[in-house]
Amino acid sequence: MNTSARQFKEQATLLTQDLRHRQLIQTAIGKYEVVRDRVRSRYQDWNAARQAAAEIKWEAVNHLDEHLTRFATQLEARGAKVHWASTGAQAREIITNLLREKQARSIIKSKAMTSEEIHLNAALEQAGFEVVESDLGEFIVQLRKEPPYHIVFPAMHLTRHQISELFTRELGSAPTADPEELTLIARRVLRQKYVRADVGFTGANFAIAETGMISITENEGNARLTAALPQVMVTLLGIEKILPRLEDLALFLPMLATVGAGQGLTCYNSFYGGPRRPGEPDGPEEYHVVLLDNRRTELLADAEQRDSLHCIRCGGCLNVCPIYRNVGGHSYGTTYSGPVGSVITPHLRGLLEWKHLSYASSLCGACTDICPVKIDLHHHLLQNRRNASASKPSRLERLAFKVFAYVINRPGCYALVKKVGRMAQRLHPLVKGSRLDPAYAWTKTRDLPPIAKQTFKEYWSSRK
Amino acid sequence: MVVTLFIPCFVDMMYPRVGISMVRILERLGHSVRCPESAACCGQPAFNSGYWDEARTVAEKTLQALADSEVVVIASGSCGAMIKKFYLDLFRGTPNERAAADLAGKCYEFSDFLVTRLGVTDLGAHFPAKVTFHDGCHGLRELRIKSQPRKLLEKVRGVQLVEMAEEVCCGFGGTFAAKFPMISTAMGEVKCSHALATGAEYIVSNDSSCLMHIQGLLDRQKSKLKTIHLAEVLATT
Ligand code: SF4
Repeated sequence: MNTSARQFKEQATLLTQDLRHRQLIQTAIGKYEVVRDRVRSRYQDWNAARQAAAEIKWEAVNHLDEHLTRFATQLEARGAKVHWASTGAQAREIITNLLREKQARSIIKSKAMTSEEIHLNAALEQAGFEVVESDLGEFIVQLRKEPPYHIVFPAMHLTRHQISELFTRELGSAPTADPEELTLIARRVLRQKYVRADVGFTGANFAIAETGMISITENEGNARLTAALPQVMVTLLGIEKILPRLEDLALFLPMLATVGAGQGLTCYNSFYGGPRRPGEPDGPEEYHVVLLDNRRTELLADAEQRDSLHCIRCGGCLNVCPIYRNVGGHSYGTTYSGPVGSVITPHLRGLLEWKHLSYASSLCGACTDICPVKIDLHHHLLQNRRNASASKPSRLERLAFKVFAYVINRPGCYALVKKVGRMAQRLHPLVKGSRLDPAYAWTKTRDLPPIAKQTFKEYWSSRK
Repeated sequence: MVVTLFIPCFVDMMYPRVGISMVRILERLGHSVRCPESAACCGQPAFNSGYWDEARTVAEKTLQALADSEVVVIASGSCGAMIKKFYLDLFRGTPNERAAADLAGKCYEFSDFLVTRLGVTDLGAHFPAKVTFHDGCHGLRELRIKSQPRKLLEKVRGVQLVEMAEEVCCGFGGTFAAKFPMISTAMGEVKCSHALATGAEYIVSNDSSCLMHIQGLLDRQKSKLKTIHLAEVLATT
């Protein structure tokens, strides 16, 4: 077993037994589900909306080259600078060089999973810059020095009391369990940072090819301040964020809000398309957009799983996933967790190192049913398994399936095996549930029914 | 009509009563039942583990055994999904592609067969108990079977059906249950707690594989809650 798989199993073992965690997540997601379903029921035909969204994304992804060029050309025509990064390392280098060039010291950031993906904060801090996350959840996990627990709700795993303790410890604030007050504490700290920041850094929810604009949707207003106050603005986004037309947002913004947070629409929706123009009172003097590939083109080349580039990172599949709910976001050890993470991480970071995530699924399909852009998530897990077994089969497992096939395909042999099994199982109580039990993985926590005194096939032939 | 009944390997070995109940019900409705001996397993364990070649070896045999049937009834939603949906993937680009598509067109999961194909809901069953129903995920999301078993249960005399708060996987997932037993068990515990909260005496399902998992957990916890397959409920008189 490789390191990532071992770590996953260790973490999963801890978290699945942590009943406090189970309850916390169950409650948080339970509340979300109520509002999500209420908002979703306002759609005349939710499935038709999903179909339309999937088709728009299909068009965007299958003509990605054209849309990206259009997007970049328009942006540059308005004075923005577009950078293309093939790898995470390149993106980090582009951004670090830019900050050095601007002699920046302090960077304020709004939420950007792509920056997590390329471990930007660590690189910037190492290069001597101060980096502050301005999204409340991100701010909290940054103080805790841990990655986001969830792509939409980074601090979902924490209680108010834990956050209060954290603030007291790190910021010296008075303890309080009132969410409003906790928000105010963070705001007081962050307001100072906005004013002092040299560079504002954002992610993007969508990139509109038609108009050359990025769209950011948020509830706290922190991305607006991040974009408006500093002199220089930098946006990092994956190349799959493209939507062909501005009007597509009329569908995508509400859908993202619905599945993402159970809202009809998020509170703040902003567009950015370039630096401050002559006569405009505010906005950055320079605007840089970094487009990140980081092996997304590998997914693009895979016709079977190309639709996973449709993902709008709404987090819906994480919320419905019984595996995610039980092992929690950190166990995955990936930037993108839950079903979508299990599907794409093997493509982004290597199949053999990350295949275990595709096996860690009961293939229940709840993810595929919720996905607003109709990504065939659970079937992609099956394909990852097939690809993994084809490229590096487990000898033991393959042998087991070969033996199984040999036996089951020969009725006489199968009947005999059942008879032997019936005799052997009399000895089972001696070892049941112990390490010596060949069925230990099952019997440690569960009973196993015996082979029946008369199997169905025996019954059937006795009837004839 | 002549109904070919496919009894998957684990039902054959561990839940023969489920198969026998199906035979009784089908015969009671006036159909004649055949169970080809060489159809033993749909090949799903190997398929789900990524070993498609080995899965094909098993599936081919079943495909051939079921091919010349008028209609096929499958005694599990999960194996039903395998045969009706995943055989198309498994045999794509092989000489069996057509045969797989033909078979898919005449396959039914048991409750779906009764309700959709035969248009029967009242089997005259009598089962005086408070029950809750667990949807096996493969039946639910691959085959979209949800209303059929409920329509059948509604007509059972004495049954009181109470739905669980959430529609969620029981955590079985085939080889997943053995590869990640801690996750599978946690999921099963959540499922059992939903079922217990309904106050039901029985969890009824149309999939014995889920019930094997749920019952295994309940037995270990010495719970009084019991599981039973829908066919066994429907076979009561
Ligand atoms: S895969 Fe679908 S459900 Fe999951 S985060 Fe992406 S868009 Fe949302």
